[in-house]
Amino acid sequence: MSAVVARPSERGVRGWLRANSAGRVGAVIERGFRVVGAQNWIIIVSGFFEPVFYLLSMGFGLGGLIGTVTGPGGRPLSYAAFIAPALLATSAMNGALYDSTWNVFFKLRFAKLYQAMLSTSLGPLDVAGGEIFMALFRGLLYAIGFTGVIAILGLTTSWWALAMIPVALLIALGFASVGMALTSYFTTFQQMDWINIALLPMFMFSATLFPITTFPVGVQWFIMALPLWHGVELMRQLSVGVFDGSSGVHLGYFLIMSVLGVAFTTRRLRSLFLR
Amino acid sequence: MPVIEARELVKTYANVHAVDGISFDVAPGESFGLLGPNGAGKSTTMRMIGGTTRRTSGTLLVNGLDPETRGPEVRASLGVVPQTDNLDPELRARDNLIMYGRYFGLPYSYLRPKAEELLAFAQLTEKAGEKVDNLSGGMKRRLTIARSLINEPSVLLLDEPTTGLDPQARHILWDRLFRLKEAGVTLIVTTHFMDEAEQLCDRLIVMDGGLIVAEGSPASLIRQYSTREVLELRFGSERNAALVDRLRGYADSIEPLPDRVLLYTDNAEAALAKVKADGLDPVTSLVRRASLEDVFLRLTGRSLVD
Ligand SMILES: Nc1ncnc2c1ncn2[C@@H]1O[C@H](COP(=O)(O)OP(=O)(O)OP(=O)(O)O)[C@@H](O)[C@H]1O
Ligand SMILES: [Mg+2]
Repeated sequence: MSAVVARPSERGVRGWLRANSAGRVGAVIERGFRVVGAQNWIIIVSGFFEPVFYLLSMGFGLGGLIGTVTGPGGRPLSYAAFIAPALLATSAMNGALYDSTWNVFFKLRFAKLYQAMLSTSLGPLDVAGGEIFMALFRGLLYAIGFTGVIAILGLTTSWWALAMIPVALLIALGFASVGMALTSYFTTFQQMDWINIALLPMFMFSATLFPITTFPVGVQWFIMALPLWHGVELMRQLSVGVFDGSSGVHLGYFLIMSVLGVAFTTRRLRSLFLR
Repeated sequence: MPVIEARELVKTYANVHAVDGISFDVAPGESFGLLGPNGAGKSTTMRMIGGTTRRTSGTLLVNGLDPETRGPEVRASLGVVPQTDNLDPELRARDNLIMYGRYFGLPYSYLRPKAEELLAFAQLTEKAGEKVDNLSGGMKRRLTIARSLINEPSVLLLDEPTTGLDPQARHILWDRLFRLKEAGVTLIVTTHFMDEAEQLCDRLIVMDGGLIVAEGSPASLIRQYSTREVLELRFGSERNAALVDRLRGYADSIEPLPDRVLLYTDNAEAALAKVKADGLDPVTSLVRRASLEDVFLRLTGRSLVD
């Protein structure tokens, strides 16, 4: 038999796109919207109410005992107004990670949905892009709902609070892109528990429920290196419209995290989908 | 130009050589079969053709393109029936066809009538609005097969397509495949049904342990690896093996199976007469033409007692 002379494949970005995308991310999104209605509404609704319940029980219940705490710019803030933005940041993180890890892993390994998609002319980039878009769309709905709730409860004092919605999306993008890349390393559901093990303390200690100054300086530095703290602080500043130099750092943190996360996922794309 | 050109294809999982250096060509319009025992590497080969599994080494061209670097373009003209159904459980039967077509970028104006036609072919018109989970196993299989035709592929990859189908559904599928073949569609089929392989395939390869152990048309493989006729004798499971030595003189080769003994000979009637004349009294006996099944047994089964 004669040797096959493969045409040299295109290099660079164009070649990479040809290998990984049909430019049809829209079809994956179309499917996403089609099944939203058919999905388990309990899960969707619970995703919305979880932070609301936290807010009502801790913010107002516990808040009654605590009174006021020091908010951005040293201003006094009711305890409910203190934790509300933090809960929004946390719920954006949790939703994005759930969608990009558990959900992706399930569809990959058990529902075999991605295998079916990838036996059409879709490429892994189309699938990943569509799924991240759907995760962000769900995040958007939750963010609008929760921002509305805290506005109605009078826990925001500035029009800047509206910017909490796009910032929630940015937080979600940062976590979803990193989460999807991490999922490419997982082979069992158990391994995903590691993510949960990391998440709970991050939620507890990232200045969500009490100010970071409670901790010794060394611990503070550690917390300040973690992403959630930046999300929490930025949200808190937006809710009252008080900013300082750190605001740019917080925003920059998530911009960089998103860029790196998307690059990381892109690199792992073929390992994730084409085993 | 061949539709598929594979040279020294290798796929290695952690420590398994699933495919261990195979080369073959498939011509346009040909029906090409992949046979082999469980774990031979057939499905892995299929997945490499579709570009959904990365190969470890070797070259592969499908319609002149490398599925690894041009996957979306290669798959645009491919129809895939995977070994295990992967229908979308969150969509109803009809929507499974339509959404799948959307992944190919096909417009609704084309997809709506096409979906109805394929539902009729799969005999699922009545179940069009049913959730996939509520379909029986065979119905799911039929829907998966129908789905693979939504983009009118020029190359159809069928990984054990008829597993789980009742005889009627199987014949409807065969009929459709013959018509697709007439229309010039290239078929790549794996199956464990030798009659199916004999019916459907112009040419086939037999794989074992990731290697090609034989290649040719069904008729030429039978000629090459079997005698013209086969005599099947049953003495009861206790005695089958015990009698192998005594049967040795009656045939070119002997294959003892748990439930029967196969005697390969060009004249099975004559062999049967001799066996009976010598006082061996089989419980049942059957004279038949050699089939692909015999080739398969010989190539991949237990070693022959010659
Ligand atoms: N994802 C995987 N990870 C690890 N090993 C795999 C994987 N897929 C297949 N294998 C191994 O590769 C070998 C070939 O598998 P393959 O599915 O190609 O066989 P097959 O010929 O299709 O068999 P069958 O007739 O049972 O469908 C087997 O030893 C199998 O265990
Ligand atoms: Mg298989």
